[in-house]
This record gives sequence, structure tokens and C-alpha cells, in this order.
Amino acid sequence: MTDSTTELPVAAIEQRIGAFLAAKTKLTWEPEEDLFTSGAVSSLFAMELVVFVESTFQVAVEGPDLAMDNFRTVRAMSSLVTRLRSGGDGA
Amino acid sequence: MSEAQPIVKCLVWDLDNTLWKGTLVEDGHVEVDDAVRKVVMELDARGVLQAVASRNDHDEAWARLEELGLAEYVVLPHIGWGPKSESVRRIAERLNFSLRTLAFIDDLPTERAEVAYHLPDVRCYPAEQAATLLGLPEFSPPVVTVDARRRRRMYQAGFERDQEREKYQGADEDFLRSLGLEMRIGKARDEEITRVEELTLRTSQMNATGVHYSDAALRSLLSDADHEVLVVSMTDRFGPHGAVGVILIEKTPRAWRIKLLATSCRVVSFGAGAVLLRWLTDAAARAGVHLAADFRRTDRNRMMEVAYRFAGFTTARCDCLASFSPPEGTECLHLEPVRQDPPATMRVIAPEPLAGGPRTPWR
Repeated sequence: MTDSTTELPVAAIEQRIGAFLAAKTKLTWEPEEDLFTSGAVSSLFAMELVVFVESTFQVAVEGPDLAMDNFRTVRAMSSLVTRLRSGGDGA
Repeated sequence: MSEAQPIVKCLVWDLDNTLWKGTLVEDGHVEVDDAVRKVVMELDARGVLQAVASRNDHDEAWARLEELGLAEYVVLPHIGWGPKSESVRRIAERLNFSLRTLAFIDDLPTERAEVAYHLPDVRCYPAEQAATLLGLPEFSPPVVTVDARRRRRMYQAGFERDQEREKYQGADEDFLRSLGLEMRIGKARDEEITRVEELTLRTSQMNATGVHYSDAALRSLLSDADHEVLVVSMTDRFGPHGAVGVILIEKTPRAWRIKLLATSCRVVSFGAGAVLLRWLTDAAARAGVHLAADFRRTDRNRMMEVAYRFAGFTTARCDCLASFSPPEGTECLHLEPVRQDPPATMRVIAPEPLAGGPRTPWR
């Protein structure tokens, strides 16, 4: 917890993610709403999500963290970001 | 194809005194020489795209091209009053072709000089050479693939599709549904192998191992009982996308190992890779086998890693992997498959259960 940037509130994280999704999908997403119900998440969209999360919140999403469940909802992504930024167990 | 003279992928025609005899504005009526018409049609059949850069009134010149029955062979006509180098550059950009693969033909030395000055990589030909182009090596691809013969139609469909996408106001997924996408997966036929080999060369972002399988290697696997070579093609209401993917699978009684999965960049935004992985997962679940997938990180293929991970593949160990020996530096990802619903955005027609039986829709 030495880095001051780790003090990013969940609401701010979710707001950033929500804005990104709205721009990409032209839809608004509730925090718990499943992005992937249609079963047609393009590899491009998945990749964009991962790259967006990594670059916006300065985290690296790797190995088992690269799971669809971590990106399924706005809330899931904010939990992942919070955990990775606090240096929590990513393994 | 040597470094110095790559095959020409697009020829840009001047119109007046080049594609047709005479000057449209002055003569009012122009005709096309039979020899030149033959060149246009044969280049089209060889998969060489043809564009136009002409100083004329657009509507008038295009109407004449239509009357002459040549408009349909043309992609990206640039008929106007700007510099031709600018037209050629824009054509290359729109096609996403290197300038080294473009050629320009014009009767006027000044026009050729203008293009050559600004775009030194573009090969320029005088109009009197038009009838002899077919004999030149740079206009003679060594192999004419199935898709080459319909390449022009595929590009034309692609431009129409892009236009619709730009106009579309709703969500991306709704746009995809509106396309009427259909994916066909089938055992590779002999004549498709060249195109498939080309795909593994061209799709570095969407190749899970970065390994290139040669024409001969793929052909030898066609008749191998332990392997399946599957070709994926797509169409939609705008026309065919052609062969857009290849899957190479090694089969054992306990598992199928995906040794190669490559999809064309052209269909990435349609979710083609994700749909393929879901279909494979469903097919494996029905067949009662596990799935394994070779993955080797390159500096370009992270998208494939994300695709596999999002499909549920992990690095967990499983006994089913024992019989596989991936090359040094390649990991074998693993998935215990469960039945999957078909995607909402496209119709998938695939062999049942895997390359064995007749093709049936995935339900």
C-alpha cells in the first residue's frame, strides 16, 4: 500500500469501466449485468477489455486471472482491479 | 516470388487512351479493345484487383464503364481531378496493401512520372503495354487459390459491409445479427489447402502457436487417421468471406488436441474465433473427450491467449495430456468440455460429430 494510486475507490473504477463499455457497445450496463450472455464475445472485444483494464488501472492480468468470470460484469472487473492493485494474491 | 518483384495485388487503370481508346470528354464515345478487355477479365480471374484513377467527370465515366460491362470488375474507382499519386495512395490504404504490391498503368508519361515521384514503390506501365501484362511474371501468381477467383467480389462485399457498419446506430451485436452470418466448418478438401496454408502465414495475431504449417505438411495430414484438418468459411448477406479459418486437430481416444487454430483478421470483429472454440467445446463434450490446445506466446498473439482463457482453458494438469508431446516452449492448455449453446449472432453448420458425418446446423 505504498503507492498512492492504489487508493482508487470502487465507484470510480466502475464508472471508468462503465464509460468504456457504453462507448464500445452503445449500451449501458448495470454493475452485475452479464456482458457475455449472447455467447458471442468476439476475441477482439475480449482483448480490448483486457487491454483497457490493464492500461487504465496499471495492472497486469495474467494466467488464471485471464478468465471470463473476471470480466463478466462491471463488478467482477472492479474486484479484479482492486485485488491486483492492492498486490493481493493473483495466483 | 522474389523480394524485388512481389506479385501485383492491385492494378490501377487510367481510363482515357489506356483502358479505352479515345478521350471520353472530347470523343463522346469510347470503345475498349478486345485484347484489353481480355486482360481485365483474366487478371480478375487470377485474383488481381483492379482499380481506376482517371481525370474525368465521375458519373459520366462510371456510366460508360457500366455500358461497357467493365464496372463490375473495378474496386475503388477514383475518378476526379486530383493528383493520381493521391488516388493510388488512397487505394492502397483502403485495401491495406503495401505500395510494393500496386501497379499503375497510364498512357501519359507525365502521369506516370507524378506517381513514380511520390510513390517510388508503385510499378508504372505505359498504356501500350496493356495487352502484354498477362505474360509478365508479376501479374502471374504461381498458384490461383479458390478464393483468388472471387477475391474482387469479397472486397466489394467488404466495402458495402463497412459502409453499413458505419451507418449503423445500434449495438454491435445487433449489427452482427442483421448481417445474417453463416459459418461452415468442414473437412479440408485438397484444393482448399493452398488457401489454408496462406492463412497460417498471414494471420500472425490469431495464430495460437506462431507455427506455420506448409502446404505439404497439411496435405499429408489430410489422409492421417489421427488428424483432422478443418476449414472454416463464412458468408453473410453481402456475400462470401471465403475461407477464414483453419483448425488442425490430433485425436486420441481421450482427448482432441488443437495443434493449430488460425482465423483471418477479416472476421475477428465478428467473433469467429470465439464461436469456433465454443463449437469445438460442444463437439468434444458430445464425443466425450477432453480438449487440449497448443499455445506458444509470440509478441503478436495475446489475443489468442485471451480467447482460450475466456473459453475456459487452463494450465491444469490432466492424464489425458500424457500422450501429447508439444514442441519445446509450447504449453498444452486444457479444458474439460461441457455442452454449449449455439451463438446468437450466426448460424453454424458443421460436421457431426467431427468431420465424420454429414454437415448439420449446430443446435
